Amino acid sequence: MSWMAWTLPTAIFFAAVALSLVVMTVWERVSPSVARRGVLPMVTTRGDRFFIALLTAAFLHVLWLAFTDAPVVIASVLALVAGIALMRWG
Amino acid sequence: MPETMPDNRAWLGVLPVLLVVAFSAVIPLMTVVNYSVQDIFDVHTRLFVGFDWYRETLRDPRFLDALVRQLGFSAAVLALEVPLGILVARALPRDGRWVGVLLVLLAVPLLIPWNVVGTIWQLFARPDIGLLGRAVNELGIPFNYTAEPLHAWITLLMMDVWHWTSLVALLAFSGLTAIPGQCYQAAAMDGMSGVQVFRHVELPRLKSVLVIAVLLRLMDSFMIYTEPFVLTGGGPGNSTTFLSQYLTTMAVGQFDLGPAAAFSVLYFLVVLLLCWLFYTSVIAERGER
Repeated sequence: MSWMAWTLPTAIFFAAVALSLVVMTVWERVSPSVARRGVLPMVTTRGDRFFIALLTAAFLHVLWLAFTDAPVVIASVLALVAGIALMRWG
Repeated sequence: MPETMPDNRAWLGVLPVLLVVAFSAVIPLMTVVNYSVQDIFDVHTRLFVGFDWYRETLRDPRFLDALVRQLGFSAAVLALEVPLGILVARALPRDGRWVGVLLVLLAVPLLIPWNVVGTIWQLFARPDIGLLGRAVNELGIPFNYTAEPLHAWITLLMMDVWHWTSLVALLAFSGLTAIPGQCYQAAAMDGMSGVQVFRHVELPRLKSVLVIAVLLRLMDSFMIYTEPFVLTGGGPGNSTTFLSQYLTTMAVGQFDLGPAAAFSVLYFLVVLLLCWLFYTSVIAERGER
């Protein structure tokens, strides 16, 4: 797999994404999601909110990198908080 | 929990497709992400640089200019092709022996390869030997798409309209033919004008096919490469250099694999966002959730 030019941070990132998909699948199996409407302007399932949280995290990082030189870890923490809020109240 | 678990074994049938997608899309995308955080010198010599390429790309005026041009081009394409496609579809007869002939004629531009379309328009619009360029100049209107950015944009948009309006027209036609005749009869009994029939009878029933048409044209125009490459080569200057062309120059021309990979990931994110927004709007429109 060396042709894929792996690095430890990207390996951890993709492992986390894969793990989260497995957790979401198991969670859905144990406790099926019910579509509901929260603060987001549409009805969402748990999977929808997770996808929106991932997309939000990606664009938070993009905006952070575009506009500031401050450590990216702050954007990651903000993305985590936003993700939890979206999953809970989205 | 429900009393009986749903039988989801049919999902196993999707497994082969999942494997093909993983092989052809997911693993290459993961590789691009890996490249985007490294400075690649050769296959065995790489240096981890974190988010540096992303930061550099996001602050690169050429990238931002190409992104703005790309968004402007896609917006113009949609603004021109969707209304024109609906107009063409409404003008077509719904039945009779000519319908088949007209539909085949409409489909002809869709069958022409992109590079051939670019070449046709490159010759057609040339101010010295092209029929269009020469005719416009003979009319006393100076036109030279190789030197004037505005003329290059007009030529590009005309070319795209020529190539792809048929797709919108065919989709809209399929939507129109699905409208029951009784709806038109009821509209006639109510004394509706042609505009009212379109507004209250046809447009609501066309919404689904139009969303598909808009999505297809948006995605395709957002990823356009071959036609502008053949027609203008991105010029004059950089006035018609869109994202894909700039990306190709970076990845293939300059062999800057790290920055090109970061560029690709950002490009992918924008496309993903647009797709999601459209998908969500379609779902919300249909009230499926």
